[in-house]
Amino acid sequence: MSVLADPNRREFLKAATLGAAGLVVGFYVPGGRRAALAAAAPAGPAAPPLPQANAFLRIAPDDTVTVLLAHSEMGQGIWTSLPMLIAEELDYDVARMKVEHAPAAPAYSHTAFGAQMTGGSTTTWSEFDRYRQVGAIARALLVQAAAQRLGVDPAACRTENGAVIAGDRRLRFGEVASAAAQLPIPASIALKDPQDWKVIGQPTRRLDTPEKINGTAVFGLDVRLDGLLTAVVARSPVFGGKVKSFDSSAALAVPGVRKVAQVPSGVAVIADHFWAAQQGREALKVDWDLGAGAALDTDAMVAEFRKLAAGQGKVAASAGDAPGTLARADKVVEVEYVAPYLAHAPMEPLNATVRIAADRCDVWTGTQMQTGEQMAAAAITGLKPEQVHVHTTFLGGGFGRRAAPSADWVSEAVHVAKAAGAPVKTVWTREDDLRGGYYRPLTLHRVRASLSSDGLPAAWDHAIVSQSIFAGTPFEAMFAKTGIDPSSVEGTADSPYLGAIPNHRVQLHDYRAPVPVLWWRSVGHSHTAFAMECMVDELARAAGSDPVEYRRRLLANRPRLRGVLDLAATQAGWGTPLPAGRARGVAVHESFGSFVAQVAEVSVEGGRIRVHRVVCAVDCGIAVNPKTIEAQMESGIAFGLSAALAGAITLKDGRVQQSNFNDYRVLRLPDMPRVEVHIVPSSERPGGIGEPGTPPIAPAVANAVAALTGQRLREMPLRLRA
Amino acid sequence: MKLRINGKDHEVAAPADMPLLWVLRDLLGLTGTKYGCGVGQCGACLVHVDGKPRRSCMTDVADVAGKAITTIEGLSTRASHPVQQAWAELDVVQCGYCQSGQIMAAAALLAEKPRPTDPEIDAALGRQLCRCGTYQHVRAAVHRAAELNQEQKS
Repeated sequence: MSVLADPNRREFLKAATLGAAGLVVGFYVPGGRRAALAAAAPAGPAAPPLPQANAFLRIAPDDTVTVLLAHSEMGQGIWTSLPMLIAEELDYDVARMKVEHAPAAPAYSHTAFGAQMTGGSTTTWSEFDRYRQVGAIARALLVQAAAQRLGVDPAACRTENGAVIAGDRRLRFGEVASAAAQLPIPASIALKDPQDWKVIGQPTRRLDTPEKINGTAVFGLDVRLDGLLTAVVARSPVFGGKVKSFDSSAALAVPGVRKVAQVPSGVAVIADHFWAAQQGREALKVDWDLGAGAALDTDAMVAEFRKLAAGQGKVAASAGDAPGTLARADKVVEVEYVAPYLAHAPMEPLNATVRIAADRCDVWTGTQMQTGEQMAAAAITGLKPEQVHVHTTFLGGGFGRRAAPSADWVSEAVHVAKAAGAPVKTVWTREDDLRGGYYRPLTLHRVRASLSSDGLPAAWDHAIVSQSIFAGTPFEAMFAKTGIDPSSVEGTADSPYLGAIPNHRVQLHDYRAPVPVLWWRSVGHSHTAFAMECMVDELARAAGSDPVEYRRRLLANRPRLRGVLDLAATQAGWGTPLPAGRARGVAVHESFGSFVAQVAEVSVEGGRIRVHRVVCAVDCGIAVNPKTIEAQMESGIAFGLSAALAGAITLKDGRVQQSNFNDYRVLRLPDMPRVEVHIVPSSERPGGIGEPGTPPIAPAVANAVAALTGQRLREMPLRLRA
Repeated sequence: MKLRINGKDHEVAAPADMPLLWVLRDLLGLTGTKYGCGVGQCGACLVHVDGKPRRSCMTDVADVAGKAITTIEGLSTRASHPVQQAWAELDVVQCGYCQSGQIMAAAALLAEKPRPTDPEIDAALGRQLCRCGTYQHVRAAVHRAAELNQEQKS
């Protein structure tokens, strides 16, 4: 291998760089395939080749161990958990490890998807073997090099916290790293028995804290280069609009404005600094050809969705005869749930810094999709992908927005830098971020169900109207045959409840609109869990059953879901008295390979819903870093509460009606409930953790409000009727 | 004009109405202070002016000329401020982008109220937005910082 030294690593990267355009194989993984992908890599002749450890790990002569991340740190904690996987096998103190984002190169492709990306709550399970193997390979080579140096058998050596020890002699890793780098990679490598783990499973402090509490952490917006200019772009006020003409004279008169240039997405104002660019844009006059987007109106869309839902859609799941059973039923519960467009609104607005030279292009940005950005920049500059160097900074939040198959903000920044003939940082304002699109799709669910004499559902007929996230992206080919975008129906079509209901049907109506939509933390589950968990609760009440008990009956064959449900109910004191004016609601949902149940305790104060306490139980398989899991559950709950209680993007005359945090409300500190997280001990392969905390909270709150007030709130954000 | 930032004098050539935020970030390279909304709604840009919390995106630079401005870079040396120590101890940060503002707001609160109650924390940090939802950790860390502050004084 080649442990380690910088020149070797560069050599390796050079040899392995992407040839022509790589192929984005798939970012979205359906549930069943996810389980197969998450399974341990096969051993023996069918085993995939061992990783090029030198691409992931550097050990310097001074003992500094640096881990390179194939994925992006956006708050979810992989800056710590991936190094933990290496530390476990390497025998090195994780707290002393240095961490860097890897460059964009094929060596860092997602182990399941074939492109470098972060998303779908996949990082931990997809790297669980690779990063441990890297640690084990490095350790084996260090031991071999030390044994040679000491003239002993490698079997006589052991490792301990950064050193190889043979008898009373001891060599630090740094002392043998160069020698280890000359040794060949072993043909196979054994990983530790889980019962010997000392790092995995230990609550471990974040490694990125020091730079994030003293202002030195570099986010995309903080990148500084000599001669760097800053641009903002005037974009169409409605989706799909085009520049007819523009008058740049007033903009150019603003001190500090250097250039005004048309780019495919609008008109860029390029200046010495952000303030000048923004003032220049205010002075700029653009005449737009608005096009059909000017007619968009979300109220009208919901009305249209309602009509569509009553008609024939594409069947995503079906068993028995749901329509026939419902036609014969004495009583049918028929309801409708609505979830609005939502912006991701990460705290760091989008931005990218681009420097173009004759033979290379450098891109600095916080991205979840390095391969996509690299290919987009190559196409625009006419360079080869390997001539595009993507420098991943910290991400000031991602939530899916920074994983855009269209590479929208990086492409725009490359166009701007090209037009400027200078390095440029293209910055989105908060208003640009909220109005520029890529939203969680507006979705309507229409559900009809009837009960059997035992109170359980006899039939369930479910129609979903939503805009496809995958349409128009390279991922569309994945579902071309069925016409069903899996991200529109996940959580419903594969619901464990439906599996227990003899007559069920799920239909999808794919609505096309020129509103850019994208995965938003938990994707389809962000609305399907709301519909499923509210409806099950409604049926439990209709059957006169306790909501927890009702779910337990429906989930009789789903031990992991029942496990988290029981744990959350017990810890929350389900069934025990609460102070007057408070009530509990429950929800349980599987997503991204993990199982989460939440019990929310709410009150209503002055017409406002207040969430006081959330008890959360999670089964995510092996808990690599329990601290991260707790933090991600809290985070997912807060994110989901913003959607449940506050957020909506609405359109009128094609214009987004929200502009900034004053009218696109997000959860604030005084409204954060007390969150208690309980992790189910497990030896199953790890599941996802960044997203599964989000889906259950909105229905848990809605169900609690129903228990408290009798009002069933079926539209997000939840608003009490006077 | 003359600006006194983190105990050092800087001479800057900037329009009088340029927000302090962009003077710090783009003219002086002090990028620890963040841009999140530009309209005083999120608190990512919070700094201290003469010891009081101030949203730098809504502050004309001319208004603070000659006053003592403190940014996250100047809050302490080696992250030794009790708020920073508490933040590290309790693992508050996630993406980290809003945290300069959270820390500066917490430090200003503790300077005024050494043992803040929950309602006082709500009032002082209630407009510091965090999309990662670190709020529960933020609250706990403010209390912990108050303890550390007492311990260090006694």
